[in-house]
Amino acid sequence: MSGVFLGMPAFPENAAAAVQDSQLRFNLRRATRTIRGKRAAVAGELPDWAALRDAGKQIKDHTLRNLDRYLLQLEEAVTRAGGRVHWAADAAEANRIVAGLVEATGETSVVKVKSMATQEIGLNEALAERGITAYETDLAELIVQLGDDWPSHILVPAIHRNRSEIREIFRERMGEWGRPAPEGLTDDPRALAEAARLHLRERFLASEVAISGANFMIAETGTLVVLESEGNGRMCLTLPRTLISVVGIEKLLPTWRDLEVFLQLLPRSSTGERMNPYTSTWTGAAEGQEFHLVLLDNGRTAVLADEVGRQALRCIRCSACLNVCPVYERAGGHAYGSVYPGPIGAILTPQLRRSGTVASRDRLPPSATRDLDASLPYASSLCGACFEVCPVAIDIPEVLVHLRAQAPHPRAERLGMRAAGWVFDRPVRLARAQRLGGRLRRFLPRRLPGPLSAWTDTRDIPDIPAESFRDWWGRTGGGTR
Amino acid sequence: MTRSQGSRVPQGSQTSQSSQEVQDSQNSQDSQNSQGSRDRILARIRAAVAGAPEVPVTRSYRHRVPPPAGGTPGEAVELFAERVADYRAVVHVVESARAAEVISGALARRGARRVVVPGGLPEEWARAVGAHPGGEAVPDDPPLSAAELDALDGVVTGCAAGIAETGTIVLDAGPGQGRRALTLVPDYHLCLVRAGQIVPGVPEAIAALDPLRPLTWISGPSATSDIELDRVEGVHGPRTLEVVILR
Ligand code: SF4
Repeated sequence: MSGVFLGMPAFPENAAAAVQDSQLRFNLRRATRTIRGKRAAVAGELPDWAALRDAGKQIKDHTLRNLDRYLLQLEEAVTRAGGRVHWAADAAEANRIVAGLVEATGETSVVKVKSMATQEIGLNEALAERGITAYETDLAELIVQLGDDWPSHILVPAIHRNRSEIREIFRERMGEWGRPAPEGLTDDPRALAEAARLHLRERFLASEVAISGANFMIAETGTLVVLESEGNGRMCLTLPRTLISVVGIEKLLPTWRDLEVFLQLLPRSSTGERMNPYTSTWTGAAEGQEFHLVLLDNGRTAVLADEVGRQALRCIRCSACLNVCPVYERAGGHAYGSVYPGPIGAILTPQLRRSGTVASRDRLPPSATRDLDASLPYASSLCGACFEVCPVAIDIPEVLVHLRAQAPHPRAERLGMRAAGWVFDRPVRLARAQRLGGRLRRFLPRRLPGPLSAWTDTRDIPDIPAESFRDWWGRTGGGTR
Repeated sequence: MTRSQGSRVPQGSQTSQSSQEVQDSQNSQDSQNSQGSRDRILARIRAAVAGAPEVPVTRSYRHRVPPPAGGTPGEAVELFAERVADYRAVVHVVESARAAEVISGALARRGARRVVVPGGLPEEWARAVGAHPGGEAVPDDPPLSAAELDALDGVVTGCAAGIAETGTIVLDAGPGQGRRALTLVPDYHLCLVRAGQIVPGVPEAIAALDPLRPLTWISGPSATSDIELDRVEGVHGPRTLEVVILR
């Protein structure tokens, strides 16, 4: 995964640095609170939310259980509809396939729709090595790309930047990439969005090749589905002659009908809207386009082999777990050292990297990757809010505890975890365990051992509060009462 | 913190002939590898899930979203109108007989002169597009280039379905809707929805739509909240969406 900074320290040091950054903290707190309030309102509006969540979980589990069969069905359907399907075992192979397809068109640049899978495999950098420029077109991704920066949130990747920083980035960098920012650009979000519209307009109209990911793929029909807000996705999916979609193999749904569940769960969990502004679906070569689908493994089959960890593959990347996480809110997305920040990143990144097929792993000193991966499962206070809010009911605390037991860690920590395991191994509800923890807290050390200590050092209170986060949430409505 | 550099290359860099040949052999090698990877991925999946229990799917959610209290179709129309307006789109609910008048009024108000009309748009609506002073209905025949579309003032279409609960319009590139670029590149989209096309919820829409057609689900104008979560309407898609619901 190229999603790691060179010489990146492990999570606790990253988090400690982020906690000092008051701009970042202010932006994050405002962002996460706003979105989670909206999410709660629109999820609460549906009387059958719990039933949709159950169905979402079951459909994903059923798909994963029969993934081989459904992938073959998808391949057949896409091929029948005029598309070409490629299989990539790891990041390097996916990058090679995409670069080869772009080169075959004779083009030296591509436009991109925001896609976590292509970030995960470091596609932009791999294309650059072959002389191909990849232009990000999502507003936040544009801000990140122009600022030589790294995304910090799944839904709003540039949330760590404020409006005046964005104005500076646009003024200084847009000209190097294409049409410069307008004279006298202000920091009004409206003006900044307009600058992005103008900067990208000609590029959209002239581009011959686009690269996207997908939120869902339908095995039965071969249909791909992309949800977005700005219309940059539609531009990329519609105008260029050639479309290449790089999609993780877990993004599959068996039937067209299954979308009725996920088109209700995803927008409401993600942006907190009843529906996102634009959803595009297409099957094979639509409207005469040349279409390539690159199916990406890159560690996913290794995650699938882990009975506890495999539930992470249900994730639909809504980012709801980030927005309720007290650790994310303080530490920020960069601390997780991966394109997958927050609670989902803490369980997904170490698992994906473990399989050893991640292309750019060599770019990072092995010891740094090891430290980071070992510390990520500790980037949580196990409060359980992420599980409650997850639209596909991924029990993130359960996976964290499972990964902690597997990660190499010092002896003292192992002892601590054995005690935690004693609690979590039993069929005791997490909430009850947390309340017990609250009552026992005076017997526990004031500081956590191991990787989390750097994080707890920056806070005034120990890890287990008298009242669990969950209880506090229930009592105060997330601090609103 | 700095992301690894090198994602920028000189514009217009050419692939030399000899490296093109290398690429070609690389590509054919890749298709063989891809075949090997296909088998490898499938084998890994089978090994990973061997012995795992089957997971049944229970669908106890609302398959048919009941119309709002009272259950008359008129109330679905009302809910649809309200929810579309929530996205800050302009909404009109009028009698079908007034369609032409509403179209030309909206275009005149907007100052939209040259407006693209997709093939298969009802005659009466298409005529109304050019009816206001200076108005001109531009057909997409032969197909307009993206640059030509960009120079137009707007587009008028019908739709394939409307979803009341979410305030969503779905286009399926059928008659009166045109190919997808038509409702994307011009900055103004006027969309007509017949009351009979409005379904109560997402499940009904999924059941009514054909997945083999390219679909565009539209819920309000293009928007972004990427800058400090301040919502801004209109980035790359049409910045103004006007919806006419025909009773
Ligand atoms: S783990 Fe759940 S809540 Fe978090 S991003 Fe994935 S689907 Fe959303």
